[in-house]
Formats: sequence, C-alpha cells, structure tokens
Amino acid sequence: MNVMQIAERATATATAKMTARGVQVHYGENHALKDVDVDILAGTVTAFIGPSGCGKSTFLRCLNRMNDTVASARVTGEIRLDGEDIYDRRVDPVTLRARVGMVFQKPNPFPKSIYENVAYGPRIHGLTRNRAELDQVVETSLRKAALWNEVKDRLQAPGTGLSGGQQQRLCIARAIATAPEVLLMDEPCSALDPIATAQVEELIDELHTQFSVVIVTHSMQQAARVSQRTAFFHLGHLVEYGETGQIFTNPRDPRTESYITGRIG
Amino acid sequence: MTDASLPAAAPKSLLVADGRTRRRKAAETRFRLYGVAAIAIGLLALVFLLTSVLGNGVNAFRQTFVEIPVTLDEAVLDKTGTRDPKAMAKVTTVSYGKLIQQALEAELATRGIDTSALTEKQVMSLMSKEAPADLRRQVLADPLLIGQTITFDAFATSRVDGYFKGRVTMESASRDSNITPEQLVVAEAMAGAGLIETRWNWRFLTAPDASELRPEAAGLGVAILGSAYMMLIVLVLSLPIGVATSIYLEEMAPKNRWTDLIEVNIANLAAVPSIVYGILALALFINFMGLPQSAPIVGGLVLTLMTLPTIIIATRAALQAVPPSIRDAALGVGASKMQSIFHHVLPLAMPGILTGTILGLARALGESAPLLLIGMVAFVKDFPSAPPEGLMQPATALPVQVYQWTQRSDPAFVERASGAIIVLLTFLLTMNAVAIILRRRFERRW
Amino acid sequence: MGIGLLILIVLGLAGCGFLLGRQRALSLVEGDARRLHSLPSYYGWSVLLFTAVPALLLTAAWLFLQPTVVAHRVAASIPEATVTARGGLDLVMTDIRRISEGLDLIARREGLDTKAVAALGTDTALKERLGAVGVAAGAGSDPAVFDAALAWRETSAGLHRAMTIAVLLLAAAGFLFAFLRISPALRARNLVEQFVLVLLISCSLIAVATTFGIIASLVAESWSFFRIYPASEFFLSTVWNPKFGGGSQLGLWPLVWGTIYVSLIALAVAVPIGLLAAIYLSEYATPRLRATVKPLLEILAGIPSIVYGLFALITVGPILRDWFAMPMGLGASSSSVMTAGVVMGIMLIPYVSSLSDDIINAVPQAMRDGSFGLGATQSETVKRVVLPAALPGIVGAVLLAASRAIGETMIVVMGAGAAAKLSLNPFEAMTTVTVKIVSQLTGDTEFASPETLVAFALGLTLFCFTLALNVAALVIVRKYREQYE
Repeated sequence: MNVMQIAERATATATAKMTARGVQVHYGENHALKDVDVDILAGTVTAFIGPSGCGKSTFLRCLNRMNDTVASARVTGEIRLDGEDIYDRRVDPVTLRARVGMVFQKPNPFPKSIYENVAYGPRIHGLTRNRAELDQVVETSLRKAALWNEVKDRLQAPGTGLSGGQQQRLCIARAIATAPEVLLMDEPCSALDPIATAQVEELIDELHTQFSVVIVTHSMQQAARVSQRTAFFHLGHLVEYGETGQIFTNPRDPRTESYITGRIG
Repeated sequence: MTDASLPAAAPKSLLVADGRTRRRKAAETRFRLYGVAAIAIGLLALVFLLTSVLGNGVNAFRQTFVEIPVTLDEAVLDKTGTRDPKAMAKVTTVSYGKLIQQALEAELATRGIDTSALTEKQVMSLMSKEAPADLRRQVLADPLLIGQTITFDAFATSRVDGYFKGRVTMESASRDSNITPEQLVVAEAMAGAGLIETRWNWRFLTAPDASELRPEAAGLGVAILGSAYMMLIVLVLSLPIGVATSIYLEEMAPKNRWTDLIEVNIANLAAVPSIVYGILALALFINFMGLPQSAPIVGGLVLTLMTLPTIIIATRAALQAVPPSIRDAALGVGASKMQSIFHHVLPLAMPGILTGTILGLARALGESAPLLLIGMVAFVKDFPSAPPEGLMQPATALPVQVYQWTQRSDPAFVERASGAIIVLLTFLLTMNAVAIILRRRFERRW
Repeated sequence: MGIGLLILIVLGLAGCGFLLGRQRALSLVEGDARRLHSLPSYYGWSVLLFTAVPALLLTAAWLFLQPTVVAHRVAASIPEATVTARGGLDLVMTDIRRISEGLDLIARREGLDTKAVAALGTDTALKERLGAVGVAAGAGSDPAVFDAALAWRETSAGLHRAMTIAVLLLAAAGFLFAFLRISPALRARNLVEQFVLVLLISCSLIAVATTFGIIASLVAESWSFFRIYPASEFFLSTVWNPKFGGGSQLGLWPLVWGTIYVSLIALAVAVPIGLLAAIYLSEYATPRLRATVKPLLEILAGIPSIVYGLFALITVGPILRDWFAMPMGLGASSSSVMTAGVVMGIMLIPYVSSLSDDIINAVPQAMRDGSFGLGATQSETVKRVVLPAALPGIVGAVLLAASRAIGETMIVVMGAGAAAKLSLNPFEAMTTVTVKIVSQLTGDTEFASPETLVAFALGLTLFCFTLALNVAALVIVRKYREQYE
C-alpha cells in the first residue's frame, strides 16, 4: 500500500440516495450475488472493487435494472431510489434508467454524429422544448465531459470516428445529458490508455458534486484516487463497505486485506 | 432512513407514470404488435398456401371407377384362336370399345337402371376414353383371360368423377358440353347399384401422363421417374465436384486474386436466376452439343450446375467448422496436408456436407424454370428405359408436370396438378427431414 | 461393348493397377517398406489414378461429342430434296435418330445382324415392326431417310468401337506408364498428391466455366439477334408485338415495366413483413418462440416456386379478382401484376427476414446497452439505434430480394399473364422479361428467327440486372460485416 495515494476525503454527512437490502441475483443456476446491503450516498463517488467474477458489475447492473435485458437473470431483495422500490411492479425501468444513468466498460457511441449521440437522451425523454435548448444541453454536457473544446467544430462528424478516450467521454456526455441523479460507471477506463484514463478520472471527480457516482473498477489505485467510499466484493458477497481511506489503510476483513495487498484476485 | 424527507419524491416518483411515459409505453406496445402482426401474416400465408394446395389436391389420389363384368369374347379378340400375341395385337381399341359397351349396356339392363334418356354414346361416355386401351393392355399382357368373364375396372370419365367429388354439380353439368344432368342421374343410379365407386387410385402415382381429353387417366409415373433420373445425375456429379472445389478453395488454394475471382464467381452463380441456367442449357447442351431435347441427362446437367454453388457453400461451412487444431495435430505428427484433409478433416465434415447436399438436391427437385427451356414440357407418354440409355430418352419432371397440367383447359387437371404438388412436397419434406435428422444425429460442437 | 461394361473394365484395370503397383513397390525392396520413399499404397494409388482418370475423362468427352459428330456426318449425306420435302433438317434428323433407335431395338429383340437390318429397308411391314417396339416413324418408308438411319447406326457403331479401343488403349498406356515408373526412390506420395491437387483445381474451374458458358451463350446469341434486329428498336421501343410470320416489334420496355412493377409490389409486401418479423424475432421473442417461428417462416423459402405459381393461379388470382378488381371496376382478369406480386412477396418474406435477422443480430449488444442505459424503450432503441446501425446490411438484403424477384419465373408465368402492356393498373395482366423468355423459347419455332433469338437478348438483360443487384448487395453486406468484426 506504500505507493497508494489516498486523497483527502470530504466525509460530510451525506444522505443515502439509493439503498440496497438483501439483494440476491441468480443467473439461471448460478448464484451470482448473495445478500448484499449497500447505501449509495448522494454527492459521493462510491467504488466497487473485487476480483473478476465477484459480482460487482452484476450489482451495478441491478441498480438501474439493466439485468432485465438478460433473460436468465433473477433479482430478489430490495433496492430503493429515494425511498421507492425500483423493482416495484409499477416501476417502468425506462423511467428508472433516465434517473440512474450508465456508462459502459467499452465506449459504445451510436453510429451517429457526435451531436446526435448526446442529443439522444434528451430527445427520447423529451427534456427540451426546442432546438436551441437542445443545442444548449448538448454543449453543456460536452463541456462537463471535457470534450467540448475537442469536438465543437465537428459536431456532425460520426461519433465512432473519435479516439477511444474521446469516445468514452462522449458516452459520459451522453449519459449526463439526460440529467440523471445517479451515474453508474462499469469499468469506464479499462479500454483506455493512461492519459485518457487520467482525463476520465478527473472528470469523475468534477461530476460527483452534481450526481452520485458509482464506479466499478479493477484498479485499486483508481478506486483510491477517485472514490470517497469503497465496497469490496468477493465471490458474490459484499465483504466490506466503508470510507475509502479506511478500507485501504485499515481493512477490517482479512479477505479485503489480502486483496489489497495483492494476495488474492 | 432520511430519504423520506426528500422533496423530489412527489413529482418524480418512479411509481407514477407521467403522460410522456405513458405515450412512450403505448408506442412500445404498438411496435410490438406490428412485429406480432408481421409474423402472424407470414405464418397465415404459409397455412393458407398449404391448405389451399392440399385441399385441392387430396382428391387427385382418389378416383371414381366403373366396375362391370366383361366377357372377353374369343371371336372378337382372337379370331385365329392361337393366342398369338402378334395376331392379337392387330385387334384395335375400337373392337374392345364395342365389347365394353355391350357389357355395360347388358349390366345396366340387368340392374334395371333406366337409360332411356341417354343415347348409346352418352352411356359409353360415362367411362373414360382410356377404358378400351386399358382392357386391351390387360388382355395382351395375359392372353389366357380370353373367353373368361372378368370384372373390369375402368376409370369413370372426369366429369362423373368430379360429380362424386363435388366438383361438378347438376347445375354446372347443364352448361357443360361434356356431360348432361341425365348422364349424372344414371351415374348416381349406378353408384347406388354398386357399379360406380370412388376409391384410392395408385395409378395416379404410377401411370404415365394422358392426353387432354382423359384427365382421369393421367398419372405421375414418367414425371417421378424423370425426376429420379435427374436427381441421380445431380447427386453423382455435384457431390464429388462440389466437395473437390470446396476442399481446394478452403484448404489448398493460396489467397490471391485468382481464387478470389473463383469465390466471387461462386457467390454470384448462387444468385443467378434459374431461367438463365435454362438458356445456358439450351444453347450449350442442346444446340451446341446436340444432346436430345427433353432428356433427363440435359436436365440433370443443368440442375447440377445450379446445385453446385449451394453444395460448395455448405461444404465450405462444414470444413470451416472443423477446428484448426485437428489439422495442426495431423500436420504435427508428420502427415502431409493432403493426408490431414482426407484422413481427418473430411470425415469430420461429412455430416455437414451431406446435409448441404440433400438440401441442394431438394432445391433442384423443385426447380422448373430451366426445365421448361430444354423441352421437358413435352407430352411424354412412354417410360424411359433403364439408365444409361434411359437418360437420353424423353421424360418429364414433377414440377414441370404440374405446370403442364395447369396449362390444360379441363379443370380436372387443376386437381391433378395440386395432387402432383402434394407428391412433390412429400418428397421435399422427406429430404429435409433426413437432412435435419442427419444434422441432429451427427452435429458436433467444438 | 456397352458403356457400363467399358467403365467397369477400366475400373477393374485400375483396381488391379492398385494391387500390382503396391506389390511391385514392395517386391522391389524385398518387402521392407521402410526403404520406400512413400507408403506402399501410394504406389498403388499412382497406378490407379493414371489408369482410370484419363480413360474416364476421354469416355465422358467422347460421349458428349459423339452425337454432334454423327449428326454432322449423316446430315452431309442426306439429299437436299429429302430435307426440303420433310420440312427442314431438324425434323429429318429427329426422324433419322428415332428410326435408328427403333432399328436397334428390333435388332436386339430379334437377334438380327447388320445385313438383316439393312434388308429391313425393303420390308413393307417396317412401319408396323417399328411400331411394335414403340417407335412411331412415318418417314421410315422413305428410302433416303432409311438409308440415313442405317448410316447413323453404322457411324455410331464405328465411333463407339473406336471409343472403346481408344479408351482401353489409354487406360493400358496409363497403367504401363505409372507401373513402370515405380522404383523405391519414386516420390509416390507427392506424385499422387500432385495428381489429386490437379483434379481439385479442375473441379473448382467448373464454376468459372459455368459463368463463362452463361456469358458466352448469352452474348453470342444476342449478337446474332442484333444482327437481324436493330438494337435501337429493342432498347428504345415501347411496343412488344411478336409475329411469327415476321415483321415483329420487339421493344424491351413493356417487359421491363412489368418486371419492375411486379417486383415493386412483391417488395412492398415482403420488406415490411419480413423486416418487422425479423425485428420481433431478434429483439422481442423468447428463445422458444424464436426456435419455433423461424423455421416455420423458412419453410416458405423451401417451397418450390411452382407451388407458389399454382397458388397464384388457383387461389390468389380468383380472390383478388372477385374481391378487389371486379368491385372496384379495375378489371376482370385473375392473372394480374397484383396476383404475381403478392404471391412473390410471400415467397420473399423469409429471404428478407432471415437476412435482416442475421444483420440485426450482428449489431453489437453494447449498442443496445448504451441506449437502454440512457432510459430508452426497446422500440426506441430499435428504431433509433439498431436499425440505423443495420441499415446498410438491410439495404443489401432488400437488394438480394429484389434480384430474386426480378429473376423469378414460375410465379409470373402462372400468375402475371402474357400481355405486354405499359399500364399503371395493378389488376391488369402484364408480362415480364422471364415470362417472355419462356414463351419465346418453348414454342415450336425456327431457331434462327428474331422472335426466338430475342429471348437471349432478354436473358442477357436479365443477367446484367441481377448481376448488378447481387454485386451491389454483396459489397454492401461485406462492408457492413467488416464494420462490426
């Protein structure tokens, strides 16, 4: 742990934006997630770490019901957003996902222009009344994603023509444009080079003032750099959850310690 | 939990859908319904197609027969009394016709069926015009029958047949020049007396085609045999050539412009309209090489050319499915490339190749357009002899026979065309079932 | 000697060659196979291949060319008067061929020798005797024709003997060549493999030869058509009115219009249904539904077009006429552009749906996830992300379907009618390029007339049209696939 820089954390009293209680996930016969309780705090970056296949991505996908698109997945337990059960029968996952946005592991811009990529969310949710407002939303989102200066002259160019890092920032801009309350990021930097990774991390740091950010990452350094709270998953169990500084410097569970010091994973 | 106090909950509740969400959900439902409707239309079309053809065709397998005792009078049929086939062959169908007519009239009289409303000719025309020829054939095949009284099964004429199958009504008969309601009344009486009966008719499958005027006697024998000959040729030629081509392209050929050209070529050949193959066959095989028209050999060759791309594409897919590790393993113990292919890759790919071949054959069996151009629409009444000579003799093919029958004016042929379709579809279904079983049985997932 | 026997002898010789070659290789090294360059069986194979393959190829080539040669020789010997009296060389040759076949049958049945067969010419009962073996030949009594038939038999028999000798000699020569070459140092395996490779390559050339044959025959016959009929008339005239007495007007446009009209209706039926079905099956359907419905729809593609033709003729045509055309006063014909188009559309549904299904499935799941992650509904995802991404591929699929529609023959022959018209009424009978190819080539006509040859020009037009569509579709689909690989 000697190389790890641990940022100073604002640990102000934050309210819980999302709460998960007793969440279990089965993929067919496979019990992928066992009895997970987590509170996602408002205005914080929460990192999920753990070895491959530990269930951290699975849990992330439960938070905006992306697991609904996997036919064999079955979720039990209770997840609440602002106190409302998101698995309630009356909840339309479409409305939920508008409020809990997601950025994926591999940059996945649509085969459309940069402008259309960002405008996609506002258009389908009807967030803007006219073209001028839409232009404004696109610009703001691209600025927040720190991409505006690079693409402002070629908004009509295809989004697939950007570099990997730019594409991922475009996907983040696309997610921001829908004005979500929680932003889920599934290993957003794993397909990026170090420079692009640094840019995205910087961005995450800026974003958490407006949204709750949940980030799944393989890199403990990254978790340490960007997050205020960290959850460690192992073999489908939530092993430990707490302040990032505490997890990395003073883990309570021996498994967490083994992982952080590189003995398992 | 503190989130209960959050003010955002009321207007933005997840549990209450706003107008826009409701509209979006409605659009979603509509879109799904379009999809369901499209599938339903497709499936309905399939059902409609099959029921219409099957419904029209099942009757072709049943036929109305007139059954009367006929005394084969030696004085008429064999004047010399020697039973010499040559002498007997000189007696024409006219004499047989008279014999049948007498027998029919006598039988009607004994059964007490009133034929006073009909002329003699009208009574006789209740029977197929094929009947005298049938009887003659029967007698020539077995001269010992002469002098005996046999029960003679003759086809009823197609209108009488249609009457018992519901195709012809009294009302339509009154407008028909080939039949009168009075004749139908007599036919009805004969059926009551057990002289006329409708039953399963094997000769639909075995007999050759018959002329325009006697649809009741027309059969599929020559067409089935012709199709079988052509399938034999297609199988014998296209399987080895297709497999050889695929092995070369998939395993041996260097990747260069030349092999690229061959590949593009094959892809395009698979999409060339079948009628163009017919033009090729007409120009090349018939006009240039002088092969006979209407012969199964020409049909077989053109269908081979058409089937080759299908077989090549299937075989290449089967070869590709064999993992490279098998080839590497063989090469690694010092086998030559050719040995690794013929000893290991080809046997493993064989189920896939056979499946593709059967499907290719099924396609060839149903093809008709090119056969029209090489003269297979001709009226063929004689069976071709056994191969190899038979391959050069005129024949017809199942799908072409269907086309030919639809071009005839008598509506009875429509029923037979649909019946022929049933036969064709049965063959295709069998072939596809065999292909599916082969695939299921031998499929290997690597 | 019959062909079957000849082939059997060659194969038997080849089989012996295998055994003897193997034996010889082994005996040269006193049974110690390790001293041979290749496995003993390869020496056997080398003899087998050299014996059988050239001889069998010669047999095949000879059988193909023999009828042409015989016909040529016999045709030269027929007096001009007979030809004109019997209505053309073709008819005379048919008669000659049939009579000679009949003579063959008689000779075989009654065990006659050549002289006795020749004597049949004076037999007054020849006609009956031919009739007895199933050959109806009215021309048998014409001495010139009978002589020609005898000449036919003689030439055929002579050539057949020559073939038998040549084939056997070639087989023996191949046998000796390969057998005597055998020595322990002979690289028999390489030799055999080279031989097989050459065989494989020649097989793969058949595909190229087919294309070449198609183009050559189309171009050559079209060329002779344009020499007797002005190309400008063909390509520019809007009247199609063939007269078998001469003075025909053979304008392409009415046929092209009919073809395009029918194809457009077919696509208007097939594309929406096929595409929506593909979307539903790939995006919405449960795996079980998909596994049931997909094969069912594909049955439509496996049904031969003659079945669709019959369906158009006896079911769809009358329905459209009685329920739509007559009440609307648009016509009273059961064969119409609409009939053929609708039925063809049904046939094309599975082409569009399976191709689109493949293409929609090739759109990466990440693309859909991206859209769902933003809160899009499934239909929004399909309409705004998946379809735009799949568009090039779908265009390719539609082009392929269009090429099928244009080249389809039986449905239009049986459903569209035969009247060449430039009309907009879809319930009127019109005709297409393929229908006219069939009708111009199936009548009993003189082959060199423009009315017959025009079919080849039509065929060439059709070939070019479909080739262009296919190539365009292939290129588009290939580009599309590369995009997501």
